Amino acid sequence: MILKGLSALAYDLRRDVVDMIVEGRAGHIGGDMSVMEILVTLYFCQMNISPQNISSPDRDRFVLSKGHSVEAYYAVLCAKGFMDIKEVKAEFSRFGSPYIGHPNNKLPGIEMNTGSLGHGLPICVGMALSGKMDRRDYRVYTVMGDGELAEGSVWEGFMAGHHYGLDNLCAVVDRNRLQISGNTEDIMKLENLKDRITAFGWHVINVADGNCIDELNAAFEEARNVKGCPTAVIANTTKGCGSAVLENKAGWHHRVPTAEEYNQIVKDFALRKEIYS
Amino acid sequence: MNRIANRQVICEVLMERAATDKDIVVLCSDSRGSASMTAFAEAYPEQFVETGVAEQNIVGISAGLASCGKKAFVLSPACFLSSRSYEQAKVDVAYSGTNVTLVGVSGGISYGALGMSHHSSGDIAVMSALPNMRVYIPSDRFQTRRLIESLLEDKKGAYVRVGRNPVEDVYSEENCPFELDRATVVCKGKDVALIACGEMVFYAREAAELLRLRGITATVLDMYCIKPIDKQAVIQASENTKLVVTIEEHSPFGGLGSMVAQIVSANCPVRVVNLSLPDEQVISGTSAEVFKYYGLTGEAIADKISAIIA
Repeated sequence: MILKGLSALAYDLRRDVVDMIVEGRAGHIGGDMSVMEILVTLYFCQMNISPQNISSPDRDRFVLSKGHSVEAYYAVLCAKGFMDIKEVKAEFSRFGSPYIGHPNNKLPGIEMNTGSLGHGLPICVGMALSGKMDRRDYRVYTVMGDGELAEGSVWEGFMAGHHYGLDNLCAVVDRNRLQISGNTEDIMKLENLKDRITAFGWHVINVADGNCIDELNAAFEEARNVKGCPTAVIANTTKGCGSAVLENKAGWHHRVPTAEEYNQIVKDFALRKEIYS
Repeated sequence: MNRIANRQVICEVLMERAATDKDIVVLCSDSRGSASMTAFAEAYPEQFVETGVAEQNIVGISAGLASCGKKAFVLSPACFLSSRSYEQAKVDVAYSGTNVTLVGVSGGISYGALGMSHHSSGDIAVMSALPNMRVYIPSDRFQTRRLIESLLEDKKGAYVRVGRNPVEDVYSEENCPFELDRATVVCKGKDVALIACGEMVFYAREAAELLRLRGITATVLDMYCIKPIDKQAVIQASENTKLVVTIEEHSPFGGLGSMVAQIVSANCPVRVVNLSLPDEQVISGTSAEVFKYYGLTGEAIADKISAIIA
């Protein structure tokens, strides 16, 4: 029941994201939609992070390595009480606004600045190492895009995560199979991705529907019980998930909907939400 | 001749402090030997992180450690640290505001005979261009100690360059005046101001001594703090002189000379001559051979100044 409610919440947050993007006249809408359930599952089911414990050294750590999905991140942080959604919608991408197009750690709830791809995993290796050094039992999560995996630094991070046996580290790949120029397999082949990451010494969990909170939650529970090595969750998501206007179209990597498109997108979200209500 | 390299002093300071400060973490990229950090790695294995030859990763990991409260010191050859991991220095250290000290070892043309891939003659320019990144090049082992001790006291990121080999002492154990982000006045004169950093401070002082014998008195400023540069010290040293000479183990572009020229031209216009490495592939050789070839010795500097002032 709880998870069903969260699935409905994910559609409300999608609406917030589209509002943000239309208001701010900018945003990476496709990846926001694919990553939404991953963020909702982490923030509402898995991670020990809240405005109340954000200064605690024992809090879980999260870095959005695919920082361009910041609109989805803002929406989730607002739902968790870190920020005010009205303010974010009004200020996103405006002149002088703190709510810029990539995560910034001057904002509450955001640990590290990202934007350039391939940075999140090495940072999270450092965070997880620190947890091991201090014998704290927090967990560290990062979400990467699949196109991001062409960055060599990601594989440096995979190597180090295995070398140090960081079982407190979990890297999620938002495997929506599209990047700005097209299909990931046409741009730079990633398959067999599970085999590749496994070969780097990680436990790898393939989530068939990466937009299903139940499946994601089960994967993160499995990851918690893996000892001696880090876990990668390959979440097979749909880019633009939630509306036929957006789904599986590379052109929606970064685009602002027209008024007509906006109306259709919002209708589609409402219909999908009904399934979970 | 001093036999203790600046990088060795960094190891000594960090080892002294790591005994009681468990938040100090040293990271090397298969560079513990070249960084003189083997002793640290052996004495404090739980505070030492090896990343292998992965300069992007080492800076990212250090930023993650720092965000969890660690005082991260990354020691890796300056040639790689200032270029291969530049984006991590920009985003993960400077932009995110993490307490990471990037120590570029064997900087400048220390690796003389290894070729341009191993020289870091542009590190001042690139690192100084990053908002929220501080840049330091200490001149000798005593100043290196003071600098590292000071950097341990704050929580901001910094880039520090040291050379490979022991360098001549400019100061002494008893006499090493140091205030963070304030240039050190090595000697005072009225005719010319020599503003130098790193290994060039020794040669600047040598030049000043030679010039004195020729009836020209010089102020020598040790501008180990490249950024934030000590603007007031530059103005004070340059005002009422006939000539300002900057001396650096760096490319002619974007280094100490460029910064000093900006300050002098805006505040106390006087001729500024920049002595540096050339804008070309540096000739092969030891540091001493290379410096001599490009006129970066006490005698050559003094001769150049005599010729200009005469």
